Amino acid sequence: MSFPTFLFYAFAAILVFAALRVVTTRNPVHAALWLVLAFFTAAAHWLMLRAEFLAIALVLVYVGAVMVLFLFVVMMLDVNFDSLRAQFRNYVPVAATVGVLVLVEMALVLLGSYLKPGSAALPAPAAGGNTRALGLLLYTDYVYAFEIAAVVLLVAIIAAIALTHRRRRETRYQDPGKQVKVRAKDRLRVLGMPAEKRDG
Amino acid sequence: MTHALLPVLPEAVLLAAACTVLLLDLFLPPSRRHWSFWLTQATLLACAAITVATAELQPLHAFGGLVVDDMLSDFLKLLSCVAVSTMLFYSRGYLAVRGLFRGEVLVLTMLALLGMMVMISAASFLTLYLGLELLALCLYSMVAMHRTSNAASEAAMKYFVLGALASGMLLYGMSMVYGATGSLDIHRIARVIHAGQGNGTVLLFGLVFVVSGIAFKLGAVPYHMWVPDVYHGAPTAVTLLIGTAPKLAAFALTLRLLGVALAGLEFDWQGMLIVLSLLSMVLGNVTAIAQTNIKRMLAYSTIANMGFMLLGFLAANLAGYSAAMFYVVAYVLTSLASFGVVMLLAREGFEADRIEDFRGLNQRSPWWAFIMLLVMFSLAGVPPTLGFYAKFAVIEAAVGAGFIWLAVAAVLASLVGAFYYLRVVKVMYFEDAVDTTPIVARGDNRALLSANGLALLLFGILPQPLMGLCVVALAQSGFL
Repeated sequence: MSFPTFLFYAFAAILVFAALRVVTTRNPVHAALWLVLAFFTAAAHWLMLRAEFLAIALVLVYVGAVMVLFLFVVMMLDVNFDSLRAQFRNYVPVAATVGVLVLVEMALVLLGSYLKPGSAALPAPAAGGNTRALGLLLYTDYVYAFEIAAVVLLVAIIAAIALTHRRRRETRYQDPGKQVKVRAKDRLRVLGMPAEKRDG
Repeated sequence: MTHALLPVLPEAVLLAAACTVLLLDLFLPPSRRHWSFWLTQATLLACAAITVATAELQPLHAFGGLVVDDMLSDFLKLLSCVAVSTMLFYSRGYLAVRGLFRGEVLVLTMLALLGMMVMISAASFLTLYLGLELLALCLYSMVAMHRTSNAASEAAMKYFVLGALASGMLLYGMSMVYGATGSLDIHRIARVIHAGQGNGTVLLFGLVFVVSGIAFKLGAVPYHMWVPDVYHGAPTAVTLLIGTAPKLAAFALTLRLLGVALAGLEFDWQGMLIVLSLLSMVLGNVTAIAQTNIKRMLAYSTIANMGFMLLGFLAANLAGYSAAMFYVVAYVLTSLASFGVVMLLAREGFEADRIEDFRGLNQRSPWWAFIMLLVMFSLAGVPPTLGFYAKFAVIEAAVGAGFIWLAVAAVLASLVGAFYYLRVVKVMYFEDAVDTTPIVARGDNRALLSANGLALLLFGILPQPLMGLCVVALAQSGFL
């Protein structure tokens, strides 16, 4: 067994184990951390395939941004996950039966024709690295799809703001424009009063 | 350079206008909200005009094969613009009364239309999927827009979760097809499959997932569970949007995926579509009988109608595709009028969405009762309305392709369907009005709704020009 093959199996084993722990662990924070490990090992696989851009993007985007956000939500929302899972055991027999059936069916069809060892060679890495090649493609051949993806993100922003932003009536807020326009005589009245003299 | 951008000019104009309305609306006081409305309408008109002006007889590919501008896409884009514009006219009063007549609704509607247009003129899995997601995201958020309504939130949640699942399935199928053929371009995939290259087993697996994804989006049985809840729970204006123009885009998606890319697997997907079509027609029509809410009834009617559309589609020839296309166009026209009437009767605090709300409509307003009569006759397939010819065309296509037993089943299912459509007519004409509130609406809404209703009659008497247009558009786009 060559060293890359050994690495592949080692990472694959860690990945499968971490993925299993994500769904079996009871504590949601632990589940999120296991998922981080799963992402890291998947990134390692990509690195071994010389797709360094994808590997770094996976770590940066999923581990750095998505999972951190997810952890924040899990910690802040204080959801009682045990009550969510109370029904879980009732569904296990049905879910397991369906899952195993689908798996067996797919295996029956696929094993016959698809288990032949592939001889696909790794394509030669692009000159100047993956990142450069991807960037060139993204902004030339796929610029239309890239722009549409940008519009999808714009829709997400508009929808999120439209659905969550509301001006509550009971909320008190300051209007700086009005604050600036205030003149002293609107707020302060100077009364002319004769000085009082203290009696005796 | 300008020539290369010409095929996507309507989309570019639409996107620019959507961003303009988004910014402009921030600075408009609520009393000037109609500026945004009219700007949106002007944009839709401009998009329709540009689509017609840049129409070419020969398919024109752009952006390295990501986009195709053919007669099919021009025709469907034009109809989508018209349908969305009509929807905005119908729902203006309805939205204003419920405090939903906001800039975001207009912007999201425009971006949904952008998604539909991207889908309609897509020639690659990449653009098909991105257009679909753009459309779906806009629709999810618009369903949830009415925040004080629990039904709307529930509908949005169901729509979002099931829609995401469907997108995942479609994407999974697409990735398998990509894995088997090594391309995302629908024409190149067709060539690879035709040449007998590509891993057959993986292709077939991909096909199953793609068909499931399409069935989810169309709302065909057994992937129909979201349709009644979403149609019922969403504000009627959004139901109107979901029930009309996206069906045109979904037809284009089905055609590009099954009719072009996977045309070589015709015999495999024909079998799947037979099951989907038969189940949809039977289950949709039978379940609709038990409904008391007209929006829910129309949702089940949509399911049945998508079954009829697939009936034409599965003939897999020019006659079948054009019959299916005619059916979708007829359905969109009818659906616009049906929800248009429901919104016309609605007023503040009253949705007019139960069948009993239509009681004695003839006494309140003979004209709107007549329009609703035309709609119901068209949905039931009573001659001489548009729906009759549409059903006739798809059944003829199915018989022509040799599916005689399926055609018989379709006729029987539409007989069952006639019952619940005619029940609405009975309620309108033969029962006394309980609610005698006068029907008020803006002049443009009345004129457009009347024209829409009469169009059902006109195209029903003279279906040939529309049918001819469908045939020519498909033939010019390479479906021979």
